[in-house]
Amino acid sequence: MTAPAIELKGISKAFGPVQANKDISIRVMPGTIHGIIGENGAGKSTLMSILYGFYKADKGEIFIAGQKTDIPDSQAAIAAGIGMVFQHFKLVENFTVLENIILGAEDGGLLRPSLAKARKTLVELADEYGLNVDPDALIEDIGVGMQQRVEILKALYRQADILILDEPTGVLTPAEADQLFRILGRLREEGKTIILITHKLREIMEATDTVSVMRRGEMTATVKTSDTSPAELAELMVGRKVLLRVDKKPATPGDIVLDIKGLRVVDDQKVERLKGIDLQVRAGEILGIAGVAGNGQSELLEVLGGYADGTGDVSLNGTPLDLSGRSSDGRSRRRRGIGHVPEDRQREGLIMDFSAWENTAFGYHREPAYQSGALLNNQAIRNDTAEKMARFDVRPPNPALAAKSFSGGNQQKIVLAREIERNPDLLLIGQPTRGVDIGAIEFIHQQIVALRDQGKAILLVSVELEEILALADRVAVMFDGHIMGERLSSETDEKELGLLMAGVGS
Amino acid sequence: MDVMPKWAEVILVPLISLILAAILSALVILAIGEDPVEAVNLMVTGALGSTYGWGYTLYYATNFLFTGLAVSVAFHAGLFNIGGEGQAMLGGLGVALACLLIPWPHWTIALVAATVAAGLFGAAWAAIPAFLQARRGSHIVITTIMFNFIAAAVLNYVLVNLMRPAGSMDPATARFPEAVHLPTLHDILGTVGISFSKAAPANVTFLIAVVACVLVWLLLWRTWLGYEIRSYGKSEPAAKYAGISPVAITMIAMLISGALAGMMAINNVMGEAERLVLNAVEGAGFIGIAVALMGRSHPFGVFLAAILFGFLYQGGAELALWTSIPRELIVVIQALVILFTGALDNMVRMPLERLFLMMRRGDA
Repeated sequence: MTAPAIELKGISKAFGPVQANKDISIRVMPGTIHGIIGENGAGKSTLMSILYGFYKADKGEIFIAGQKTDIPDSQAAIAAGIGMVFQHFKLVENFTVLENIILGAEDGGLLRPSLAKARKTLVELADEYGLNVDPDALIEDIGVGMQQRVEILKALYRQADILILDEPTGVLTPAEADQLFRILGRLREEGKTIILITHKLREIMEATDTVSVMRRGEMTATVKTSDTSPAELAELMVGRKVLLRVDKKPATPGDIVLDIKGLRVVDDQKVERLKGIDLQVRAGEILGIAGVAGNGQSELLEVLGGYADGTGDVSLNGTPLDLSGRSSDGRSRRRRGIGHVPEDRQREGLIMDFSAWENTAFGYHREPAYQSGALLNNQAIRNDTAEKMARFDVRPPNPALAAKSFSGGNQQKIVLAREIERNPDLLLIGQPTRGVDIGAIEFIHQQIVALRDQGKAILLVSVELEEILALADRVAVMFDGHIMGERLSSETDEKELGLLMAGVGS
Repeated sequence: MDVMPKWAEVILVPLISLILAAILSALVILAIGEDPVEAVNLMVTGALGSTYGWGYTLYYATNFLFTGLAVSVAFHAGLFNIGGEGQAMLGGLGVALACLLIPWPHWTIALVAATVAAGLFGAAWAAIPAFLQARRGSHIVITTIMFNFIAAAVLNYVLVNLMRPAGSMDPATARFPEAVHLPTLHDILGTVGISFSKAAPANVTFLIAVVACVLVWLLLWRTWLGYEIRSYGKSEPAAKYAGISPVAITMIAMLISGALAGMMAINNVMGEAERLVLNAVEGAGFIGIAVALMGRSHPFGVFLAAILFGFLYQGGAELALWTSIPRELIVVIQALVILFTGALDNMVRMPLERLFLMMRRGDA
């Protein structure tokens, strides 16, 4: 019998009082794809960081191909044949593909021989695994799918036999993701071992041979993928039964709340990011904006939220919005009844060092209700926060705790509570459930649907197609600053939207 | 989760840093062949052993309070104002003009006018770097440093060519009229029957500095403006999202900062020298940076740090007077304090955090 490619025995790791990994054991056989699934904060990344030498385990042993191996740093991991493809690529933008591949693996002080050798190896690898890339293209000129291939090639060039991929499909279109899975299949045929970390159940079902589920630092189960189902995996992840579909009645759209005509945005580098957008959102409906990240969705939210300048005609309830003048800022937008849950809650939506109550006032801090004379009425804000935290089930319900001390889901609830409880006419939501655990996703989706049922207009931006299809009543697909098409979500599917997302017109 | 309780964070860390700096200073004094115990003794008696010593310690502390608060306010907006020195120089010019041009009937009115003038001049001097930062992205550290030099040149020109009394050889203004002389702590405490050294320069400005501490605290933590300043300092993208204007906050924070630095002049120019001389600020603008760092940019911390640096200044002067320890050694000691409390903060913090973690796990 062959030894497992990787075997972890009793791995434990604590960060202060938090037990990130608790007595974890896995065996991954060579030539298989092994999925690791779990909610955010379940300990997947910690476990992989231990395997890649970023952290040292408090307890436990690592065996590579049957040999007990110490991995004190990433150099040792590479030497042991482990390659890692990070969620955020670690590539030098203005270097060529070839230069990126040899970076850190040069032979000797002179570049020329290394480059020549790498070029030869690259051709061989490309043939062997069907990983075609142009070695002389600059990274900044190639797409994300290609960049990911470069990351995989980097690992293969370093003779990795074990490949770890951390949330690899986050930035890919569905078609690119399928392509990635074909490549992974090919690598498996050639005897490579692959560990796929993801929170998407569908990818686990499609791509893996075996799957391990993590919950709160523990490995709750390891099963053959063919013996399980998405529902069972979800239950194992959360520890209770979860609703994978959003329960909602058909929408009853009313008057047009948001009317966008010919909206254009040019960014600081003078690049046109929105190239003439026309959209309408009605009261009582959710308009979903689908698209691969970076095709103008962020700019759309920013200009509507009042912190990027644009040109065109945008009106709210029939009255024009100022897109670049003096009253084009977040405060004026809020006064007009636009709530905004930003895409990146840690960068924009919250001040991580501020307490929950300070964050609850964020953006509304000049409201008369929060003042007493010339001073802020901190007590009023605290009381208000305590109420909102109770209504949105934020845990722990402590208004004095700093935002950074809450989990991703609870941070998002703080932002949602702040924006929804203002009773806005229009709510902008970007990536409502990014980095949020399944349990909280359910709750957040219910809140969004409840707001719609109160007759509010909702503009939802998400890179998760599943989420768009589940939540939105209508879907508009953005590609390269244009709207590629609009569909009723009941009359479309992932395949059709995927084509639009890739810029293939209807 | 916060690893350490708040009291450890606020008191224990600076205290241990301070003790480490003291030990290292003692070693340096030993190395040049002097007795560290004797030196400490001299510093403490010299700075705190008499009302005369206290008078000087508090006088210096008053300067550092204003410049420390100035640095703190800018720092909360994420701006590093290195220009306290120049802003305080210009503040001095404002005070001198206010005191010399108008015949004030009483020192109280003169004090109000001089405070306003000092604040306006200091703020104006900070306004240009602030505008360049807000509108053109010119880095505030670079521009405020440059403005210190420009301020020195401006003062030089003004004192030599414009404000020097005819016939005087000294690049300084005329003495301020008797009516605008500020009451010293001797005068103030005398009214309640406490005797305080007549020769020490500490004056009513110290009380104004304490009030400024309270006002800065109120501004930062109890008003929406302070809330906006702190938000912007923590995260510019978040501030933009919330509708807080980066340009407005940069300008306002720097104007307040410059005004505070400028107000130092009512202490040293109006309260002590009673005329404007060249180099009246004597580096207090730079000490303010250390004071703000050590005080964690919190007005109460700044208060304690300012008193400490006042003590170091006065104690150091005594040391230079009575021993063969050179005056420069005081700068070494001050530098060690700054090094340990500011730059090497993590060296003390990390082991302490680990200690608290171990204790907590022991409890659990």
